[in-house]
Amino acid sequence: MANTSFTLAGARFKNRVLVASGTYGYGDDCRDLADVERLGGVVTKSLSLKPRPGNPPPRVVETPSGMLNSIGLANIGVHRFIEEKLPFLRSIDTAIIANIAASTVEEYCAVLELLEAEEGIDGYEINVSCPNVREGGLTFGTSCPMVAEITRQLRPRTKKALIIKLTPNVTHIAEFARAAQEAGADAVSVINTLIGMAIDVRTRKPVLATTTGGLSGPAIKPVALAKVYEASRAVSIPVIGIGGIMNATDALEFLIAGSSMVQVGTANFIDPAAGMKIAEGMNRYCDENGIDDISTLVGSLITRQNVSVVDSWL
Amino acid sequence: MILQQICPVHDIQQYSKDIFILSFVAPAIARALRPGQFVNIKVDDGLSPLLRRPFSAHRIERDRIEVLFDVVGKGTAILSQKRPGDLLDVLGPLGVPFDLERQDFSTAILVAGGLGVAPFPLVSDFLRRGAKQVVTFLGGRSSSVIVDVHLENLLVATDDGSRGFHGNVVDLLKETMAKRAFILPRIFGCGPTPMLRALSAFALEHQIPAEVSLEGPMACGIGICQGCPVELTEGGYALMCKDGPVFDVRKILL
Repeated sequence: MANTSFTLAGARFKNRVLVASGTYGYGDDCRDLADVERLGGVVTKSLSLKPRPGNPPPRVVETPSGMLNSIGLANIGVHRFIEEKLPFLRSIDTAIIANIAASTVEEYCAVLELLEAEEGIDGYEINVSCPNVREGGLTFGTSCPMVAEITRQLRPRTKKALIIKLTPNVTHIAEFARAAQEAGADAVSVINTLIGMAIDVRTRKPVLATTTGGLSGPAIKPVALAKVYEASRAVSIPVIGIGGIMNATDALEFLIAGSSMVQVGTANFIDPAAGMKIAEGMNRYCDENGIDDISTLVGSLITRQNVSVVDSWL
Repeated sequence: MILQQICPVHDIQQYSKDIFILSFVAPAIARALRPGQFVNIKVDDGLSPLLRRPFSAHRIERDRIEVLFDVVGKGTAILSQKRPGDLLDVLGPLGVPFDLERQDFSTAILVAGGLGVAPFPLVSDFLRRGAKQVVTFLGGRSSSVIVDVHLENLLVATDDGSRGFHGNVVDLLKETMAKRAFILPRIFGCGPTPMLRALSAFALEHQIPAEVSLEGPMACGIGICQGCPVELTEGGYALMCKDGPVFDVRKILL
């Protein structure tokens, strides 16, 4: 069997598949349906300093081969997370990445420090890319100096894996990946959702209560692959690929494009065991193709002679 | 315990032009399911539609679950074309059922709007075993959307007067309750939100205990996407899929 493990700043992942933030609750909701220990890791729902109720309904709508969401970072807050959810996460044998959302730099630091005092967390993913909240979110994620500043402030506060989750809603994601790397990030997650909207022609109203939302699912996979390709060529730190991954073939495409690991998101809503099946499918692919170590696939894209427009931005 | 099973279609009946009743074999889910709970069905393994579609359990016949639906989009159109033996990927039972086992009522007043009648045949089967009195009020735009199978003591209302009472079902309920006394009543409602809003207002005004089953957009059906908030009277949100779809009318703002 191929080696599929991965290590990032001391955090060990048994395979290359994680479940994406906001698509698997706090890791304990699907215990009946799927064995989380077969995943490389679980990324928690975004945690904020205080609980957040989230946005009013409607929060979701299906679109062609995808869905729009505007959840608005609904979460129980970091204190309740530590009390109620962390004990279970601590007890399972898989890497735990706490995702942090905040509306000020100080709040990011405060949440990270509270989590840093606890056992059982292997790393942090910093959400600077939520398209569905007024403060924080995209106002941070679309400013290179802000992404750098947040990373710089968090870096000295932890030795654990520090991952910055980037938004695709920028002109050149490479610049943001570089800013995160230069400020000390251990990895970047690429991509969060794309801003999108849906309209009801009978009422002429937007379908979502917040007018726009974040597009996810297979519809965004080609965009995500191009962003992973761009970001991974711009930095030497690992890229974690996200965007519409439904099966092992999709995941392998992301590895070839340049990501070291992947996160499965929307697919969990259809099949809570999607991530486990994808990890197994990647193993099978390695065995069938005589690949001893899956890392040989990472960035193994055989480029054509004509360079892509993305290359000219690097 | 939520189960995920690949279930063969047993039968599909076309009730009227756009309304279908489909049954599939799902022994473990059928055994665990309580009236008011739902199943989330992936109609095929393609990407369009991408998400599962939620359906109330309409009836349970031995190891088979029936769902009632009308063709409103691509998912239900695909489902309407299923034939016996076709396979469905089913997640269930999901959500909180109606609270039928409580002892503080003797008359169950079932109030349904349109295809909101879906859970009530199963509810009626269950209540019959508990020796409760059941009265059913069913309303719709016209007689073509009235699905009156396996219901007890049925009173019908249609907006166009093509069958039964000419008007909406909540007005029929009000009129009936003004004339007739029901012993220890408890209302169970299911239908479109405007109808449930009127029903809820009536129940609260007359202090009749009531619970309603909501319908709305949903992605996962199991609480992980946080996509189906229901506003709570005390502030904040509950999730329709996990904390509902059945709620006490005092607890939610419709």
